[in-house]
Parts: sequence; structure tokens; C-alpha cells
Amino acid sequence: MAAKKITTPLTDDVVRSLRAGDAVEITGALYQARDAAHKRLVALIEAGEEVPFDLQGAVVYYMGPSPAKPGNVIGSAGPTTSGRMDAYAPLLMRHGLKGMIGKGLRTAEVKQAMRDEVAVYFAATGGAGALLARRIVGNEVIAYPELGAEAVARLEVVDFPAIVVNDCHGGDLYEEGRGAYARDV
Amino acid sequence: MGAIREVDVAEVTAAVKDLCITTNYDLPADVYDALKAAQETEESPVGREVLAQLVENADIAAADRVPICQDTGFAVIFAEVGQDVHLTGGDFEAAIHEGVRRGYGDGYLRKSVAEEPAHARRNTTDNTPAIIHTSIVPGDKVTLTLMAKGGGAENMSSLSMLKPSQGWAGIADAVVDTVSRAGSNPCPPVIIGVGIGGTIEMVTLLAKKALLRDVGSTHPDPRIAAMEDELLERVNALGIGPQGLGGRTTALDVFIEEMPCHIASMPMAVNVQCHAQRHKTVTL
Ligand code: SF4
Repeated sequence: MAAKKITTPLTDDVVRSLRAGDAVEITGALYQARDAAHKRLVALIEAGEEVPFDLQGAVVYYMGPSPAKPGNVIGSAGPTTSGRMDAYAPLLMRHGLKGMIGKGLRTAEVKQAMRDEVAVYFAATGGAGALLARRIVGNEVIAYPELGAEAVARLEVVDFPAIVVNDCHGGDLYEEGRGAYARDV
Repeated sequence: MGAIREVDVAEVTAAVKDLCITTNYDLPADVYDALKAAQETEESPVGREVLAQLVENADIAAADRVPICQDTGFAVIFAEVGQDVHLTGGDFEAAIHEGVRRGYGDGYLRKSVAEEPAHARRNTTDNTPAIIHTSIVPGDKVTLTLMAKGGGAENMSSLSMLKPSQGWAGIADAVVDTVSRAGSNPCPPVIIGVGIGGTIEMVTLLAKKALLRDVGSTHPDPRIAAMEDELLERVNALGIGPQGLGGRTTALDVFIEEMPCHIASMPMAVNVQCHAQRHKTVTL
């Protein structure tokens, strides 16, 4: 499958060009954040304060790595289940977030926010943490180091492989893909 | 009765430490072979691409000595202690916890255990406690099996106290429904452990122990083997496919363990396991 090369931060034009089922290779910065970090980011926004990175066009990666061995940029680094971030995602999209990378199903509210705010949800391969780590060339913790694997880090990635699951036009590969291969027994 | 054999619990600690590290770096050969074989039969191009990534991932993890998956799991230990063994040198369970502490530390594994689950959810920082299931068996050996169980797949597992009248059809529907609702969340292709019978705590243990079988193995009881085949076919007809992106390979295998139950009950449990099916056994 030929992958579309895209770079972050994402523009609305790039997001609109992506369709459910597209394979992409992402180059640029991703922001690593899981449950605990999302809880704090949303609390900051609700209090009217600045979040620790620029949300405009940003792509967040739902991931908590294993510890890096000496000499490595990062440990294994595959996606975590996105559904746990569903409660927080719409607010972040309203403040500029354009992309999310994770694995697993999103709620109707999150999918609606992606249409309203022009944003995209990618799946990276869950359980391919050793392979994905090789595409991460930079890793800097920028907030909440006390959270350990749940800290917010700015990751530099090159040709990071992902697949568009939910596009901003209502496309949903989890539904379409499953429908295409389901059969009666 | 055989002579009593002494086993120092320091050996248990060393073995558990080594199990934690190697189990997380090396995908078992049966799972690796099943992922490769699925590449041949998968009809979805995206599905084949995902399966190829998983095979390459296992190769990289083994070569670079890094974890297959960043979720290096909760350490579940099945210990079989021979009744002719005398454990010396300290507390057996403490020795297992210490092995987990050292393995997750020295192996650069992620610490994924939180205490006070309902409130503080503080990371215990060393991946302890381990979950320990000990049984006393004949002989003078100590056999230790570690399963590193990730959260994503565990969260999709289910327990049902069915009515006996629901029969096999009710059980089969509950298994298919569990996999269907899980969709892409547990990192398919999955492996399904099913427990039938026993009591509420035993049925979940049966489901977990079922996951220790080799992918591709056939149950020795042909009646149960036929039940497993039927479930595998139904689950793979769901269309979920690798990573839930659509395809034929939703599950690599289905394993059933059963035992008698109360005349009024029909407990059943489904323990969902991801393709990162990490378990290993050593004998001391
Ligand atoms: S479900 Fe398994 S493969 Fe997926 S992230 Fe969790 S441990 Fe890793």
C-alpha cells in the first residue's frame, strides 16, 4: 500500500484530503499523552491557562512508552486504547488539536467533534511498539515528568506509519472494514 | 514418599526475574508462526500489512532485546510446587515479588500497576505485586509460568452467570458477543480463553489458564476441540480483522477449559488476549 506522506503540524487542507483507509507516514512532532496528562491538560484549558505545547495543528499520540535502554531514544512505543481519552478529546479539538493517534473505537461525540473541528483519527499498530520506536528520532519530556510513562513528551518522528480510521467527512474504517469482511456462518 | 528436596527461594527470585525479561522480549514461536501463517490467508490488504508489521516487530524486539509491546503487563505467575519440595531461605511469595521487581527494573520494562485503584491510583513503581496462583502437585520440582498480561485486552474480558437452560448456544453467543464488542480495542488478532463451569472465581481462572495452550494445538477431548473450532469460525466471520481494520484474522485461536458446576449454575468467562501473547515456563 502506498502511503501518503504528511507533516505536522497539520493544516485543515491536509486533514480534509485524508480519507478513512488511507495509509500515511507522518513526519514532524507528535505530543505523547495518556489519561493522567489529558486530565491535567483539560483542567488547564478549563481554568483559562496555557497548555504546555501549542495545540494549533497539533497531533497527539496516545502512548506511554517502556523505559528507554541506555543509548536508545525511547523504549517500545505503540499506541494505547484511545477510548479512555474520549472524555477529553472534543475540548482539545475545539482548541486547535488536529490529529490523534491511538488504537480502538471512539465515541459518537468524538467523531462528531472531528467533523465539526476538521480533525482526524489515525490508528497505529497496537503491539508493534518495537517497530514504531524505530521511527521516533527525538524524545523530550515537556511536562509532568512526575507521571513517568504518563508524562507529556514532544516526539520527533520520521515516516511514522498509521492508517486513517476516522476522517473529517464521517468516514469510519472500523465500521467500513468490518462490514466489508463480515460474513454469515 | 520421595526424599525431600530443598529449593532456595533465591532461585525462585532469579527465575522470575529472567522470565519477566525474556517473556517480554521474545514472542513465543507458536504465536510468531501463527502470525506468519495468517499473512498467507488474510484477504484484506490492510490486514496483511498489519500482520507483516507484527512479524517484523517480533523480529526487532528479539534482535534489539526490547519489549514486544510497551505495555509489559501485570505479572501473573502460576506456580506448581511439588509436595516433596522444601522451600528454604525466606518467604516464597515475597521471593516472587522480588523477582518481578528486579525483572521489570533491570529489563527496562514499563511499570503498569496502580495502588488504591478507586482513588489515588498511585503507580507502585516496581510493577509489584504479582498475581500469584499456587498449586501443590506431586513430585519434587517447582514449575513457574509467567504471563505478562496487558491492560488493553484484559479490559475486554467478560464474566457471565448464565442459566443452565441457555446451554452451549448461550455460551457460544456470549463468547462471540464479547469479541464483537471488543472490536479493535484488544489489538486483534486476539487469542480467546474460555472458562466454563466451576464457581465465579474458578471460571475466570479457567479462562486465563486456557490461554497457556499453544496456538494451533488441538484439545485432547474431541468434544471440546469441536466447540473450539466452531467458536473460531464464528469469531473470524465477524470481519473485525487485524487491528479491527477489517479482515478475516480476528482471532488466532480459541481455547476452552471446563469443569463441573453447581446444578443451578452455568458460569462462563472469556479472557481476551492480544497477539502479544507473552508467557513462558521454567522448572526448578
Ligand atoms: S492489548 Fe496487548 S498488544 Fe495491545 S497494547 Fe495492550 S499489551 Fe500491547
